[in-house]
Amino acid sequence: MNRKKLQKLTDTLTKNCKHFNKFEVNCLINLFYNLVGEVTERQGITIGLDRNAFRNILHMTFGMTDDMIMDRVFRGFDKDNDGCVNVSEWIYGLSVFLRGTLEEKMKYCFEVFDLNGDGFISKEEMFHMLKNSLLKQPSEEDPDEGIKDLVEITLKKNGKYGKFRDHDHDGKLSFSDYEQAVREETLLLEAFGPCLPDPKSHMEFEAQVFKDPNEFNDI
Amino acid sequence: MGVALTRSAQWTAAGYGTRTLEITPLNEAILKEIIMFVESFIYKHPQEAKYVFVEPLEWKTNLDPSAFESGYIVSATTVKSKEVDKDGQPLLSVSVPHIKVRSFGQLSRLLLIAKDTKLKEAQACIEANRDPVTKILGLDYNTKKEDTSIVNILDKITKDEDPDSEIKMKLGILLKQLDLHLLNHSLKHISLEICLKPTIVKNDIELLKHFSGKGEQTVLESIDYTSDYEFSNGCRAPPWRQIHGEICYVLVKPHDVETLCITCSAEGVFLNGGKTDDEGEINYERKSEIYKDLVTFLKEKSAKFSENMSKQDVRFSGEWKKKETLKEAPKKEEAAALQKALPASGKSVLEKNQINFGKSQMTKRLEPSLNWKATVDFKNRNLLKDTQEEKHGGRLERSGPPVSHRRAQLVRKSAEKIEKIISGSSSESEEDEEPPDHRQEANVDLPSEYWQIQKLVKYLKGGNQIATVIALCSMKDFNLAQETCQLAIRDVGGLEVLINLLDTDEVKCKIGSLKILKEISHNPQIRRNIVDLGGLPIMVNILDSPHKSLKCLAAETIANVAKFRRARRAVRRHGGIAKLVTLLDCAQNSGELAQSSLCDARDVEVARCGALALWSCSKSYMNKEAIRKAGGIPLLAGLLKTSHENVLIPVVGTLQECASEESYRAAIKAERIIENLVKNLNSENEQLQEHCAMAIYQCAEDKETRDLVRLHGGLKPLASLLNNTDNKERLAAVTGAIWKCSISKENVTKFREYKAIETLVGLLTDQPEEVLVNVVGALGECCQEYENRVIVQKCGGIQPLVNLLVGINQALLVNVTKAVGACAVDPESMMIIDRLDGVRLLWSLLKNPHPHVKASAAWALCPCIQNAKDAGEMVRSFVGGLELVVNLLKSDNKEVLASVCAAITNIAKDQENLAVITDHGVVPLLSKLANTNNDKLRRHLAEAISRCCMWGRNRVAFGEYKAVAPLVRYLKSNDTNVHRATAQALYQLSEDVDNCITMHENGAVKLLLDMVGSPDEELQEAAAGCISNIRRLALAIEKARYT
Repeated sequence: MNRKKLQKLTDTLTKNCKHFNKFEVNCLINLFYNLVGEVTERQGITIGLDRNAFRNILHMTFGMTDDMIMDRVFRGFDKDNDGCVNVSEWIYGLSVFLRGTLEEKMKYCFEVFDLNGDGFISKEEMFHMLKNSLLKQPSEEDPDEGIKDLVEITLKKNGKYGKFRDHDHDGKLSFSDYEQAVREETLLLEAFGPCLPDPKSHMEFEAQVFKDPNEFNDI
Repeated sequence: MGVALTRSAQWTAAGYGTRTLEITPLNEAILKEIIMFVESFIYKHPQEAKYVFVEPLEWKTNLDPSAFESGYIVSATTVKSKEVDKDGQPLLSVSVPHIKVRSFGQLSRLLLIAKDTKLKEAQACIEANRDPVTKILGLDYNTKKEDTSIVNILDKITKDEDPDSEIKMKLGILLKQLDLHLLNHSLKHISLEICLKPTIVKNDIELLKHFSGKGEQTVLESIDYTSDYEFSNGCRAPPWRQIHGEICYVLVKPHDVETLCITCSAEGVFLNGGKTDDEGEINYERKSEIYKDLVTFLKEKSAKFSENMSKQDVRFSGEWKKKETLKEAPKKEEAAALQKALPASGKSVLEKNQINFGKSQMTKRLEPSLNWKATVDFKNRNLLKDTQEEKHGGRLERSGPPVSHRRAQLVRKSAEKIEKIISGSSSESEEDEEPPDHRQEANVDLPSEYWQIQKLVKYLKGGNQIATVIALCSMKDFNLAQETCQLAIRDVGGLEVLINLLDTDEVKCKIGSLKILKEISHNPQIRRNIVDLGGLPIMVNILDSPHKSLKCLAAETIANVAKFRRARRAVRRHGGIAKLVTLLDCAQNSGELAQSSLCDARDVEVARCGALALWSCSKSYMNKEAIRKAGGIPLLAGLLKTSHENVLIPVVGTLQECASEESYRAAIKAERIIENLVKNLNSENEQLQEHCAMAIYQCAEDKETRDLVRLHGGLKPLASLLNNTDNKERLAAVTGAIWKCSISKENVTKFREYKAIETLVGLLTDQPEEVLVNVVGALGECCQEYENRVIVQKCGGIQPLVNLLVGINQALLVNVTKAVGACAVDPESMMIIDRLDGVRLLWSLLKNPHPHVKASAAWALCPCIQNAKDAGEMVRSFVGGLELVVNLLKSDNKEVLASVCAAITNIAKDQENLAVITDHGVVPLLSKLANTNNDKLRRHLAEAISRCCMWGRNRVAFGEYKAVAPLVRYLKSNDTNVHRATAQALYQLSEDVDNCITMHENGAVKLLLDMVGSPDEELQEAAAGCISNIRRLALAIEKARYT
């Protein structure tokens, strides 16, 4: 890719992104192309990170381990749903991922947790996400009992401030319920799994990527 | 027989060759068994009785040859049996006193002949023949060897070609049977009395020591004697306890139980009342059952011990056995037999002991309880409690792993219960130590929260990060301010988990956990539990975290937990103070300009939390020092400049706590903190005002600070704050600050300007004592000036002041007496005081137990007596009043003495009263005080003496009681007041000839001559008068000599 094109790309992306300055965008674009590698030069093929490459990054750089959550994060990045994260999705995604405001993060997390994308986090979805969260105790008759209970606790917790505790008993969590609960207690932002970088790897990542214009390519 | 003799019989320790059997019940029993065996041998086994021993049994007999009758050839000194062996040798021969016997038959007969002395004969025989079996059957049958068994003997005998081998074999078996019989018999005896010996105990302890130390694998943490001194008999107990059979006392620290103080006595091993910390005395009273030895005891008391014991058993018992054989004690068999015998004998022992126990209980019950009472009387009760808490705490800290601690507590509790049932009288030491710790009993109806919290804790324990955060958030939704929830979290083991979470890398878990800990640590019990579980060091470490919210939460939690001394100490020991001080630094850069960006707000929050924690910690002296050393004062001073009230409050609070230290007050002056304190007095926040006033109260101990307060305009806000009386805490702080500030005259003038004195008088009624103390203190200072006295009197302040004289609060009484005394200087006020019977009230305060009150009352009496009309009459009207005053001269408090001397000076102005106090023996009492270095006392004493000289032959009496010489020495003091009073006293005393001589002898003349040159006219006059008296005497003597 030639310099002029890069320049132009940087400019457009910087304009659309409020959390990164031009230098940072530039760094991230460079990083992106570094990650994508040589393949990108060919014409006609969408340039981007496919699911596996992206998951690899999440795992290696941000220490995420949960396959399902990583999948969901990929979907969160891949706005156009074409199976790969292109450069603008990369920049936009990272801006929320790294620097997002609480509102943006809430929205992003809710999308991650809303597995089927119907605008609600249902009991089944919660169960799905929490199913590995408890150590299996050999003594218990039904290993899922604990998870179910945990889901109930969560729902009660979130629903306490929500609207549909009164109306709806099918145990669905709407965004506004989620939002209210998170505002009450920010710890609940990533209630169903870590979908944001933990502070340590976050800092390491930023330090590494933004440190020096000439030394970014070793990530 | 051989085995029994070597093992069971108790030989005396004296040398090998001449060892004799001790006279013990056991030995006697063995001998009797042997005698029975031998006596009946001739009837039961006639064949074997004829068997001729390989070697004769020889010993010295006491039997007279004449005792032998038929069947023996008797001469004067010899006896020979008619029965002979194959070679014609007699089977029994005596040549006094030696006797030789060569068959059982003869032995039997001999015993029959011996009749009453057969026991002695048997003993002599066995003593002389240490291994009779060898002598009887030959060397092959040396039964001393352990491996001898019947089979073995049979083996040898069947191989034997000897003609009488059959008999020999039978005999061998018979002897073996006897041996077994004896062993069993003796074991029955041994088991009846558990008898430990110093050596056995010592070996046990040495061995256990060998396996003690730090680490999980050892059986004990430590085992030590309480006394290093070992008596020559191997005991370590003091002689008067050895009488009771006690051998030594051991302090044992098992892994899972607290330190046990154990008595090892001849009866066995038991828990005693423990070592009292202050005197190092051991409470000898038995607190547990008696166990047969140390190991059994410890196995019972400490689960960990028995567990590790069994682990090490192989190694251990190997060693044990080695020792055992070394000791030559038949412990193995003994123990085996014991186990069989224990159910029966153990019970009887227990019963016996219970009777003893009851008895000793009776005698001992009195002593410790008296002690207890004494300590309570002498020490301040709160102080005592506090130290006990600390002590207790210290012990808990030592007790290691948290879980086992709880178990230990349970064990102790149940032990206590048992004890109560047994003894009926509870032990006083344990009861008060622990703050009421009501753990929820299983049978109490538990609230539904309990079960919900229990479930959440289960998820905390068994969940990953996601589940943990959910559970934490859910737990946070409970009403954590409610005690049931707080205790529920603890009781289901939630505290341990929450504290463990702090040790993980998960920031979210840490935040969630701290949020809960922060809330529940408002509960005093939870605080203690957190400290016991080692929560503080972890939180202190979190203070280093880069996450500001985490730091804040940790600091806030520390602020809550560090409300008691042990916690504060823990914070300091783990370097928490320095870290907290560093938190204050966060806001330094940004805080000064006070800006509202988000980042700054978070920095300010960090500083606030740090200050909050420091505030809690600063209640301990050592922590104050640590804060200062960590450079906290400049940082606090810097923070004072911010406008954030919520930061200012903890900052000022910390300063206020610390200002009790001299070093801080100096630093506070240097850091220009007063200025900011004054500024914040003008704040809107009542709490802030309160703490600022409190800080000023603490700091205004020295004049410079008081001036600073005035210069920065702090007096006006203080005066105006007086008008708001709703907030009593603040009012107390403000009045306190006014009190301290009014010690400086300039400040008093200001206060008068601000009409503070009127307001203060108005506060003399209907206020809590904390306020009253300060108000009265301030008035006492103000009334040193005439104008103010007038104001106080005009505002009607005298009456409420006099009314306060009947209080009981010590600090208040000291201040009230001072204020009343100050007012009494004014004659008009004095009239009112007199009318209100204030003098009588003051006088009765001389009986107050607190020396400060006594002294202050005596000082106050001086102006009263001076200014009252008909003072002499008034004083006489107090029945027993004069005697009371005179007797106060026996006090050992210098201030009381000085004040009483001053009062006596005033009382003695009235001749009649002087006569009365002279009758009460004021002269010898004053004379006794003369040897003092205290200038204040010297001055008033000299004044009193000079006054008392005015009656009868008191002058002479002072001389007789040797008051003159010390008075002369007063002239060497540096205090002019002392000089003046002393010169006057000497002048009065010099009217007596003998006193003049004493003065002259003590070199008074030269000293007085110097005084004559003093600018003080009174002093000049008195000194000159005294010299003239001395001179006149000298002249008279000279005159007498020459005429």
